[in-house]
Amino acid sequence: MTEQKHYINAETTVKSWLLTVDHKRIAILYLLSVVGFFILGGTAAILFRLDLMTPQGDLLAHETYNKMFTMHGVMMVFFFLVPVVPAVLGNFLVPIMIGARDVAFPRLNLASWYIFITGGLFALAALVLGGVDTGWTFYTPYSSTYANSNVILTGLGVFVAGFASILTGVNFIVTIHKMRAPGMTWFRLPLFIWAQYATSIIMVLGTPVIAITLLLLVLERAFHIGIFDPALGGDPVLFQHLFWFYSHPAVYIMILPGFGIISELIACFSRKNVFGYSFVAFSSLAIAIIGFFVWGHHMFITSQSIYAGLIFSILSFIIAVPTAVKIFNWTATLYKGSVEFRTPMIYALGFIGLFLVGGLTGLFLSSMGLDVHLHDTYFVVAHFHYVMVGGMVMAFLGGLHFWWPKMFGRTYNQGCAVFTAIVIFIGFNLTFFPQFIVGYLGMPRRYHVYPEEFQIFHILSTGGASVLGFGYLLMFCYLPYSLIKGKKATANPWPATGLEWEQTTSPPPTLNFIHDPVVTEEAYAYAKKNEEFYRQAIPAESKDV
Amino acid sequence: MPDAASTFATQVDIYYYFLIAVTLFFTFAISAALIFLASKYRRRSQLDRPQEVHGNNMLEITWTIIPLILSLVMFFWGAHLYFIYAKSPSDAMEILVTGKQWMWKIQHPNGNREINELHVPLGQPIKLTMTSEDVIHSFFIPAFRIKTDVVPGRYTATWFTPTKTGKYHLFCAEYCGTKHSEMTGSVYVVHPADYETWLSGGGKKESPIDTGKRLFTELGCVTCHHPNSGARGPDLTDIFQHKQLLQNGKEILVDENYLRESILNPQKQIVLGYQPIMPTFKGIVSETQLMQMIAYIKAISQKPEIKDQESDISNLKIEDNQKLPLPLGEDKR
Amino acid sequence: MSNSHSPHLHHHFHSLEQQRQASSLGMWVFIAQEIMFFGGLFCGYVVYRNMYPEAFAVASHQLSIGWGGFNTVVLIFSSLTVALAVRSAQLGKKNQIIGWLVATILLGVIFLGVKCIEYSAKWEHHLVPGIHFNYEPHYTDDALHESTGSEHGTDHHPAPAVYPGHVQIFFAFYFAMTGMHALHMIIGIGLMIWIIWLATKDRFAPEYYAPVELFGLYWHFVDVIWIFLFPLLYLIGRHVT
Repeated sequence: MTEQKHYINAETTVKSWLLTVDHKRIAILYLLSVVGFFILGGTAAILFRLDLMTPQGDLLAHETYNKMFTMHGVMMVFFFLVPVVPAVLGNFLVPIMIGARDVAFPRLNLASWYIFITGGLFALAALVLGGVDTGWTFYTPYSSTYANSNVILTGLGVFVAGFASILTGVNFIVTIHKMRAPGMTWFRLPLFIWAQYATSIIMVLGTPVIAITLLLLVLERAFHIGIFDPALGGDPVLFQHLFWFYSHPAVYIMILPGFGIISELIACFSRKNVFGYSFVAFSSLAIAIIGFFVWGHHMFITSQSIYAGLIFSILSFIIAVPTAVKIFNWTATLYKGSVEFRTPMIYALGFIGLFLVGGLTGLFLSSMGLDVHLHDTYFVVAHFHYVMVGGMVMAFLGGLHFWWPKMFGRTYNQGCAVFTAIVIFIGFNLTFFPQFIVGYLGMPRRYHVYPEEFQIFHILSTGGASVLGFGYLLMFCYLPYSLIKGKKATANPWPATGLEWEQTTSPPPTLNFIHDPVVTEEAYAYAKKNEEFYRQAIPAESKDV
Repeated sequence: MPDAASTFATQVDIYYYFLIAVTLFFTFAISAALIFLASKYRRRSQLDRPQEVHGNNMLEITWTIIPLILSLVMFFWGAHLYFIYAKSPSDAMEILVTGKQWMWKIQHPNGNREINELHVPLGQPIKLTMTSEDVIHSFFIPAFRIKTDVVPGRYTATWFTPTKTGKYHLFCAEYCGTKHSEMTGSVYVVHPADYETWLSGGGKKESPIDTGKRLFTELGCVTCHHPNSGARGPDLTDIFQHKQLLQNGKEILVDENYLRESILNPQKQIVLGYQPIMPTFKGIVSETQLMQMIAYIKAISQKPEIKDQESDISNLKIEDNQKLPLPLGEDKR
Repeated sequence: MSNSHSPHLHHHFHSLEQQRQASSLGMWVFIAQEIMFFGGLFCGYVVYRNMYPEAFAVASHQLSIGWGGFNTVVLIFSSLTVALAVRSAQLGKKNQIIGWLVATILLGVIFLGVKCIEYSAKWEHHLVPGIHFNYEPHYTDDALHESTGSEHGTDHHPAPAVYPGHVQIFFAFYFAMTGMHALHMIIGIGLMIWIIWLATKDRFAPEYYAPVELFGLYWHFVDVIWIFLFPLLYLIGRHVT
């Protein structure tokens, strides 16, 4: 066989994978691990959704229910949503898109994966040893004093995994600053890179704060040092401030990279440059920066001072503006485009719709007067699932389908994929839309038993969840199948612009490019490509246009 | 729409409808634009040559400014509602609430106690002063659109004026452990006359103020805190809602949390001219007793002159569409 | 670039200059991360100091300014030695690199040794937070006797009595902050041993000494943290009686 050498077949031993410093292989390692955590978190969700079909919660005991929703939250937030795009797609694409041979610190990159896995093992150990029941938010003094579950192990797991995210952030910032190919100026960068850059800033500046917060929680629980215990003079609400100082920006870790993906997809499948490139780029930075100053909107009803609340509320409203700007620009990109409904584009359009609902309902919660009623109800649950699942997961799946041929050199079945995308879209809406309604009716979150009048909404929700679950299952069938039986992908199957498509093979070689690229044009130079294609094609097929 | 049974609920609902309208407008407008553009400019041939459109600064400015203005409108309206929520009217009747895993303990001004139930008279502003014995809970009555966290180690307060008789849900909204979802109860809004009847039911009781007064003597507080000048402790008459000058030069307004701190951590904020000699009562008085002592101190203080317009009951819209069987003390769990 | 075949150039960089800039930016970004990490602790410390100023003042009297001051001097000297090590690396003097780093290690070990003495003293006095924590609040006698004492009534103010819980919070921060700082020093000493090993293998040259330089940045950062910790924990509030 004279098969072309690329990063997957360059070496084949297990050791060559486990000790690799190739960012593409590390991305694959991350992909496998986050999918594992996604399955765990998803299983927990299926279990408690089934349980919620009846108001009495007949399937699970109180403790089990509480442990299930906690596991769902911890797994999905810290071990799936936070790493999924930066560490998988970002790791794979950032160096290729800017024309580098690897990230700036390849060994640190591998270390970050091992740290992540160590953190994950801690969390898994907590699960195997009986689980944890504090909710993913670990509010004190419940978590520090009253809970009888494995808070320490879980806290340490999240603490450790945080450093993986910090190292990824450091790596990306340096890579984007210092490793760009000749000619790749800041304003020629694909918007995906801008989004990753903004995300990395949050990862580097936010994650250490939650690390120290969880460390204090662990110390409090282990030694009873009194920092968060009112009985000893501590302040339980301080925990919430420190926690949300990270965890609110973390929401943007979980969505900004998704914005980046959507910009790529919309441009490619409209065959046009992104409308208002610099506005989209800078809105990412604006979100990253303002995102650090809105954490207090989680505490409007937690005896926070009214004046602090006012500041947090107005900033939360203001952060909606750059987000709206992005949506308007994506929509405008379609104008006078040539829109093609391929799988990634279906996800991108689905993303815009769902994220729109998620974002607008966020306004309900940033408003102080209304948050009084909606705080900690299913309205909040629906809101953040629209942002996290409707937004980030849809964007991730869109990106995965877009770059799948590049990552693995195979194409998947388009029909199956489009069908699955539609199933997921419908299932998602069925699951979470009823939760907005039941939330306004007053159903509090994290309730195992609930008044009977809310049952109908829970049945709808569980029905939707099974459709959604079925959609994900389909994907677990056709994507792996494509790896074995899929057609070989060409270097640029869509075709799209960008160094990863135009300057290297599918899959790329170990050092990404055969010849180091030099950049001479703007990002998304689709008009130029179309023109070239048109000129080549016209003599042959003069019948068209 | 859930029941709207308080003055605040109606105000919140109007705002909610406004936000829903904005949300629907943008969702439909943008979805319609997406669908329209995507179908109008869908790919018809491999040889389509879409035009390069780089952007339009006017358009960018327009769609930055419009959402900004809209969100500022939402902000001010929402903040206005929050100010209503945060400030209780001065003529509100005070009910004490203590949360603990997993029940709500409630005491009325005349001493009536109930668990996981709250009886309130129609049209009367009610102020709840709340604390927790263990973890953070959250007192949530969806029909009144109010929710306030109940935090150990401090007092929080919330208020409402019920406008509709009936039975409503009471939930704990902040996750508090195994039986969080069973930390629920019912709120009964009844006619003032029925409320009086209900109050007179039940056995022997003592109002929180009387209990506080008794504790004040039993714990020996009176030996230092009496009106004679030269007493070891400051006179406590007329201090509530009044300013006090402290030893460290700061001036504070005496409120529930200050009184609580002064009983539990007396050395922390000492009034100017007194010595830090008071021992702590931490571990000696329970959360409920603390609340009763504070109720007593409040009772011996004159109300400050601040009047609140909220207290005008006559302009309230009162609905009375449900005649409920009078829930008396005997249906306590 | 003429140096593109340098043995010091890693495969994914184009030039030594790019490699040097990347690693230096990387260290600065990492230090930004470290500042946020300690920032969380500083922030918590400030919040509680504000809540319980008297307790914090009383608690800081339990710390030894002598040992703390001595350690400050030790660390400042170690910053000097590490700077000299970087200087030697720039000049390509291998033996001097090793010599200055060994000196830095010694100073670091002295610091940690003093820290151990301080920690064990706290342990003996039951000032380590946890179930053994036991701080006797002293209600001063003179306070009880002076019923009408005022600001100017006496020139000697009794120390205000404070609650053990609040003192314990001070010590929780004391141990968390100095413990985290000490952990960074231990990691630093480990790194120095590794760099000395690299130096003995002749890995450094005047055109490539990034590990020494970056380690220098790290060590200076650890020193700067201590420069903030020392006044916050040992000095502020000493004058409050």
